[in-house]
Amino acid sequence: MKETPLSNCERDFLLRAIEEKKRLDGRQTYDYRKLKITFGTDYGCCFVDLGQTRVMAQVSCELVAPKENRPTEGILFFNIELSPMASPSFEQGRQSELSVKLNRQLERCLRNSKCIDTESLCVVSGEKVWQVRVDVHTLNNDGNLMDAASVAAITALCHFRRPDVAIQGEEVTVFSPEERDPIPLSVYHMPISVSFAFFQQGTFLLVDPCEREERVMDGLLMIAMNKHREICSIQSSGGIMLLKDQVMRCSKIASVKVSEITELISQALLNDKAARKAGGKCGFAESMPQDRITALKMDQTDVEMTNVSQTGSGVILQGDEAPPPTVPSPVVPVPGVGQVGQGLQSWGLEEEEEDDDDEEEESSGDDQVEEVTQIKLSEKDKKEAAVVEISDSEEEEVVILYPETTEKSKNSGSRSDQKGAAASKKRQKK
Amino acid sequence: MAGIELLSDQGYRLDGRKATELRKVQARLGVFAQADGSAYLEQGNTKVLAVVYGPHEMRGSRSRTLHDRAVINCQYSMATFSTAERKRRPHGDRKSTEMSLHLKQTFEAAVMTQLFPRSQIDIYVKILQSDGGNYSVCVNAATLAVIDAGIPMRDYVCACTVGFVDETPLADLCYAEESGGVSSLALALLPRGGQIALVQMDARLHQDHLEALIEAATTACKGVSKVLDEVVRQHLQEASVLTGED
Repeated sequence: MKETPLSNCERDFLLRAIEEKKRLDGRQTYDYRKLKITFGTDYGCCFVDLGQTRVMAQVSCELVAPKENRPTEGILFFNIELSPMASPSFEQGRQSELSVKLNRQLERCLRNSKCIDTESLCVVSGEKVWQVRVDVHTLNNDGNLMDAASVAAITALCHFRRPDVAIQGEEVTVFSPEERDPIPLSVYHMPISVSFAFFQQGTFLLVDPCEREERVMDGLLMIAMNKHREICSIQSSGGIMLLKDQVMRCSKIASVKVSEITELISQALLNDKAARKAGGKCGFAESMPQDRITALKMDQTDVEMTNVSQTGSGVILQGDEAPPPTVPSPVVPVPGVGQVGQGLQSWGLEEEEEDDDDEEEESSGDDQVEEVTQIKLSEKDKKEAAVVEISDSEEEEVVILYPETTEKSKNSGSRSDQKGAAASKKRQKK
Repeated sequence: MAGIELLSDQGYRLDGRKATELRKVQARLGVFAQADGSAYLEQGNTKVLAVVYGPHEMRGSRSRTLHDRAVINCQYSMATFSTAERKRRPHGDRKSTEMSLHLKQTFEAAVMTQLFPRSQIDIYVKILQSDGGNYSVCVNAATLAVIDAGIPMRDYVCACTVGFVDETPLADLCYAEESGGVSSLALALLPRGGQIALVQMDARLHQDHLEALIEAATTACKGVSKVLDEVVRQHLQEASVLTGED
């Protein structure tokens, strides 16, 4: 399914907001969304939530024959699946540009940087090696899939345990998890990717764009680093032109963000380890209930709410004065519509009912009395005008109405319309 | 591969070049009569053929037409005989698709697409012999082809792949250097304004060395732009002699 196009006013709004250094969710320019990492029951399964973007990574391994030109090294295979669950514009099975781009970026970020020791994955040189396969599934796309996928992939690799093997001469025995504890992979370092979105030909920069911001951006710069300040991959995409200083600045920002995220991942891994040791229940099903309405725990909103009422009243004071007291006639002076006397009496009814309203609306009631008197005058004029000649050159006044006035006036208007139509028909016959 | 010395003590590389030297560039424009623009470029042992068709009416999916600019369509493919081992899938695999996307992105930034709304420009690049710096040589060849086709561009697009060995940046890597696990950075530049159209880097590099590497890449690209400019002027001179202009 083709994705719905972004309207021009939405695009303009987003770009203007970015020019004023404001983002849709209230973040600062260099802020990441809330990053949450949870693990599944199996080793090597992890879920990453980056704001609303949700991805799942699963690591699995099997024994295969090694590549011919690298007989002593294991094989790493990465795959990112863009499932239609994440966004209606993703099509199952079709290799879209985005899918190729994400896959290649993840491969380059994790494989070329040699974060996993592949030599330790060798069992029998030239014959049997472990092939470690990382599958990343996108569950919800709210922008910045690349960062979420890279965090998920490296966390899953750190979490994963492969079965133990014993080699006796020619025989290779693979032990099941019950027989011998599975052993973790040897991870040298953790490359994390940080995405920067550029707007207005590179004038404005945002870290971790959400889906709306991604739609209006000019281009994206992805920098993958580890916490030792080593850059593992840089990739610019989209038709933007960068300057060297921008790239340098982005790399500095990235190093700060990466150290924060690495901290978070290590903490999550430690927590999970402790939970498993304590024998407690762990897994995705357990962490889900916290999102239910009935649960007492709720995520904090990011927006500052303490002085909303003050700012609100300030805005109202600065705004225009109360709307002008004239109210348009409910009868539109169009050929075939006239006003016959009955309409005025209904205005009188309104006055009585207004007195029953609350104190809050007393002032508004006074305004309405004034409006009603003015309406009577304008109605009389219009009535006379309608009787004399019905032309469609009269102007319509467009003014804000109070809800009660509208309803009653609509009722009276419809009644008078019918009578007016009847009157005009009579006139026409004559 | 560990025993090969990429940079000797005297500062010479495997093929005898110094650290900042580029490979020899030879190029010809107007190789094919059928295409709107074509170019053949050799950079050392890497040989690339680039062909441009356009701007012409949108073919294929009409829905991808842009109302205010031209769509650039790139295809990158390697000849099966271009590498040491015969390539089984010349195009359609992930790496080729990624390269095509990068080329498209580079030229979208440089070509003045606003002048040709609702049309399409095709750029086809074929590697005849691959000896390192594939992406960079493709960009250089495609620049010449686009100039040959007469499509206006903001500036020459020059690209170069640089690597970092023993605290020294090496300009214009060859295949042996690239596969030796060296951190390589490919940069596509518009030389006059120093604007970067594409930057791509693999393998680990410490952040402190990044600036030096980008500087070296920029200098190398400016060197390439001088050579390309020379080639274009030469071609123009020959063409004007043939048509009898002064």
